[in-house]
Amino acid sequence: MRKNRKVFSVSFVVLMVSALLAISFSIQADEFTKEDLERWDTEFMTVVIKGEKLFHSALGTNKVSCDQCHPNAANTHPETYPKFQQQIGRVVALFEMVNWCIQNPLEGDPLPAEDPKMIALLSYITYERRGVPLVPGKH
Amino acid sequence: MNINRRAFLKTTGAGLMASTFPMSLVKIAFGGQGPAQDFTFGYISDAHIQQIQGNNFVRNWDMGLIRAVREANLLTPRPDFFMFGGDLAQLGKKEELDHGLEIMSNLRGKVYYVIGEHDYYLDLGEYWQSKIGPLRYSFDHKGVHFVTLNSILTYDSWIHKKWGSPMDRMLAMARLDNPNGSPFMVGEEQLTWLKKDLEKVNRSTPVVVFSHSPIQKIFKPWNFWTQDAEKVQALLKPFEKATVIYGHVHQIEYNQIGNITFHSVMATAWPWPYPESYSQAASCLPKLTVNMNRADPFFERDATGWQFINMHNGKVDVHYQLPDNKNRTVVFNSKIGKPQDVDYQDYNSQIPPQTHF
Repeated sequence: MRKNRKVFSVSFVVLMVSALLAISFSIQADEFTKEDLERWDTEFMTVVIKGEKLFHSALGTNKVSCDQCHPNAANTHPETYPKFQQQIGRVVALFEMVNWCIQNPLEGDPLPAEDPKMIALLSYITYERRGVPLVPGKH
Repeated sequence: MNINRRAFLKTTGAGLMASTFPMSLVKIAFGGQGPAQDFTFGYISDAHIQQIQGNNFVRNWDMGLIRAVREANLLTPRPDFFMFGGDLAQLGKKEELDHGLEIMSNLRGKVYYVIGEHDYYLDLGEYWQSKIGPLRYSFDHKGVHFVTLNSILTYDSWIHKKWGSPMDRMLAMARLDNPNGSPFMVGEEQLTWLKKDLEKVNRSTPVVVFSHSPIQKIFKPWNFWTQDAEKVQALLKPFEKATVIYGHVHQIEYNQIGNITFHSVMATAWPWPYPESYSQAASCLPKLTVNMNRADPFFERDATGWQFINMHNGKVDVHYQLPDNKNRTVVFNSKIGKPQDVDYQDYNSQIPPQTHF
């Protein structure tokens, strides 16, 4: 019985401390600094640059690279996805078209959607199209 | 499945066309007014033959050139000659040039060649010259003066900077969107040669210039551009009829600057987006140009092709042969002094796939 009470009081203290911490963290989470913004931008641009390198390298088996047909990732139209890809017959996300290109003109294996390489490619493709309004579904 | 079926139909169609190609598509003229006669020549460009390893080459680009050669061999009567517009190789390798020339050797008829940057920047044209010939030359044919330029030169300081290897230089120039690239140019030495060459030519003789890069300024970031274009244009200005035909851009373009008519030719390898598709830089695509259709990537040969060109009264009519699409024809309209697409020049006759963004 005594032991239980001790457990209870310890649990109570832990709970209170956690609650306090949660409050203080939630206050911190509401705010970010210039340094945070700079860091997040740097993190993003690092991935964009990684994507640019991948976009200009042989991702498949035949040495062909994405930029051979898409200089500056032009004609990839990230602002139009998801959209009905009439050749596939359903609405697809951009990563699916990237994989289509990797599998066909590049004769390679598709990447999982969450593969860091795929995320880098999508980051570069979208960054090169920055400022263009979203037009989902547009062909 | 769909691709195979369509490819089959089109191939079968090409076979059938062999019998219908003659008079319906090729105009032959006998004599004509003045010394310049009407005749036809073929134009194949931008094959980008790419070695994977050993005797293994990228199938897609091989097929583009093979198909163009096969179709061009169906032209009846035979064109007077063919021009290859540059970028036979992807990275200027001997293996790529040899393989490209082997495919080209199936083309029936005399072939002239223009050098492209992909052929040049590995060994600065050494192998090309040993296998194909000079990088610039002129010739006369049936009253027309033809000049072939090496327009893909650039600053000596860029060519001869400290590269890790010649292949590093080749790769830097091969990357179309390279922010550290260098603009194409004809160069002072060649301009002097051109001036001398043209001095011998009567001002009423039609002049046709073949170059790899456009001898006009369209879009610098991708070298749809020749730095000293105006200097070449100035040398062509005194002629009554001047035409420039260029490759490099992998898309339909045409323009008129003063007396000079400009036509691009298609690639057999792959299409390039119009510069307006790159939203981060301004482009100066000629307003006269009605764009080719947006490429359907699911059809490998869509937005690629070759062309036959009719010399007609000293100006050219370009017939774009587009295997996976409807052919296009751009002719010189002497009444208004500009090239025009015969089907789509009028805004109201243009179709949605011609809108690029």
